[in-house]
Amino acid sequence: MNVSVKDLAKTEHITVREALRDAMAEEMRLNTNVFLMGEEVAQYQGAYKVSQGLLEEFGEKRIIDTPITEQGFAGVGIGAALNGLCPIIEFMTFNFAMQAVDQIINSAAKTLYMSGGQMNAPMVFRGPNGAATRVAAQHSQCYASWYAHCPGLKVIAPYSGADAKGLLKSAIRDPNPIIFLENELMYGKSFDVPTSADFTVPIGEANIIREGSDVTICAFSLMVEKSLEAADQLSNHGISAEIIDLRTLRPLDIETIIRSVKKTNCLVSVEEGWPFAGIGAEISALITENAFDWLDAPVLRVHGADVPMPYAANLEKLALPQVEDIVIAVKNVTYNH
Amino acid sequence: MAASETTSVTKRSNKPKKSIQKSEDSALKYSSEELLGFYKVMLLIRRFEEKAGQMYGMGLIGGFCHLYIGQEAVVTGVQAALEEQDTVITTYRDHGHMLACGMEPRGVMAELTGRRDGYSKGKGGSMHMFSAEKQFYGGHGIVGANVPLGTGIAFAHQYKEDNGVCLTYFGDGAVNQGQVYESFNMAALWRLPVIYIIENNRYGMGTSVERASAGTELWQRGQAYGIPGKQIDGMDVRAVNVAAKDALSFVRNKNGPFILEMQTYRYRGHSMSDPASYRSKQEVQKVRSEKDPLDEIKSILLKNNELSEEFIKSLDSEIRDLVNEAAEFAQISPEPDPSELYTDVLI
Repeated sequence: MNVSVKDLAKTEHITVREALRDAMAEEMRLNTNVFLMGEEVAQYQGAYKVSQGLLEEFGEKRIIDTPITEQGFAGVGIGAALNGLCPIIEFMTFNFAMQAVDQIINSAAKTLYMSGGQMNAPMVFRGPNGAATRVAAQHSQCYASWYAHCPGLKVIAPYSGADAKGLLKSAIRDPNPIIFLENELMYGKSFDVPTSADFTVPIGEANIIREGSDVTICAFSLMVEKSLEAADQLSNHGISAEIIDLRTLRPLDIETIIRSVKKTNCLVSVEEGWPFAGIGAEISALITENAFDWLDAPVLRVHGADVPMPYAANLEKLALPQVEDIVIAVKNVTYNH
Repeated sequence: MAASETTSVTKRSNKPKKSIQKSEDSALKYSSEELLGFYKVMLLIRRFEEKAGQMYGMGLIGGFCHLYIGQEAVVTGVQAALEEQDTVITTYRDHGHMLACGMEPRGVMAELTGRRDGYSKGKGGSMHMFSAEKQFYGGHGIVGANVPLGTGIAFAHQYKEDNGVCLTYFGDGAVNQGQVYESFNMAALWRLPVIYIIENNRYGMGTSVERASAGTELWQRGQAYGIPGKQIDGMDVRAVNVAAKDALSFVRNKNGPFILEMQTYRYRGHSMSDPASYRSKQEVQKVRSEKDPLDEIKSILLKNNELSEEFIKSLDSEIRDLVNEAAEFAQISPEPDPSELYTDVLI
């Protein structure tokens, strides 16, 4: 259970997309320098309706429809941030942000360092990441590993509605450039979300979303849901799984993972993306370096198939981690076949 | 704003002294005091860059070093037209821009030598210096990338309603980058207060404009977006200054962006590692002897008997001393402390 949510006075049962919208609206009311820019965010109310209602409340000056020019408007957002504003740049999906990667890394992430601390870009790049359904190879990639690789960025990937709202608020307030990875399949899911405009979730802290004793599963975004389902199935086999929702990928809260591994002695990392140099590869290296003596088995990674995403429904299912894959991996590390 | 509105062209002239921009009208607009002011800035840039070239040869400056020698009139003429809320962004050929913005020569030189008293604490280098105080936004190494950034800086001026304009400089090499046109489109669509200054020094590294660009009239590159442009003799600081003032007035009156193509020339190679075999020594010599921006102003000042040769010589001596002092400072300043490796990654 998410202890921090229980502690807060009032919650509403809303979807992740509403939680994200509320986060942006609250922060825009608080700080007039915050604005939203992206394709279809204004009049269309958002390609995925995340920005629904924002144009009506904040007007054209602050909710801005862009032409389809990611490299250009990412750079415009960064320039605006350097000159004192706090942009939220929405990418319709992070697949399209590949066009903007030079600006994100070379102009945003590195500028504080290159300027010896003089110039910073306080901004959030947000949008859906990873696979949707049947949208095939060019529209389904997970970019978690690419962005988490780079110093000068923070990278956030929430799962629950409360975390989506609390972390987006924190991200908007943060003076650094932040990559905020959402998930299209999560947008419609409902959670209890605190209503207080002061509610934020700290960046850089993982959350133990389910306590357990036999194995640690770490995951982020949609894979947290699959891990929770896997944990239910595993409990029928007498295996108690502890699930860590990473929430922030950079800076990674490795301490929480280490503490958990010291308790369970087994780790399975779950991610949607490709295996090579993925998030799981980094976690595996860190645990090997920091908790080697506590491991009863190698760290196992559950990940997407090392192929471009296929279109056919059966192949897509095979290409993405399923609950059974997580169950099998856990049985492996716990020597429980 | 219609595409046909302002397309006045002052064509490149092969005759050194008699092109349209250097008309008697233009000369009369400037007092000796103003001309001397221009001359001092250009001379500082010239001597600084010569020194930087020397220091690079001595191994005191490493990596990339792109010199502005020959192009001094462009930034000098533009800078003199700016108001204090205006902002500047350029590419990696940026030492001249920094000095023209009023950044300290010793701070720039110490950054070139990678020392802790450099503008970026030694962590940026030649291509990555910034000054929030002087409204100078860098210094960027990726060709064309500073153009959307400058457009965004202008966006913030408009958002904050501070009457500021962003002067966004880039070269003839950058002018074919897609992101330049993405920027033009948004700037025109939203009427952003940005002036795009194309420093056309005829070569993008080793490739001439004729070999790189299907359309060589760079001042016209905004036509598809309705952005007016002018072609200016960038070797004449007065023509540059007049053009900058006109463009600033246009942009400040909320007419949207403007393009200025400055026809200029660099005497040295693209960078210190470029032997510049793609152009003849005669070509360089010709420009140097016929169109040097400093000689142009010096001869006017001397001709009018406003100043004597001795004065010019002592001014030069003063500037050289300043530059030498900066060079010494840049060698005495220590390298950054090793602990600085991990600072300034995040706030």
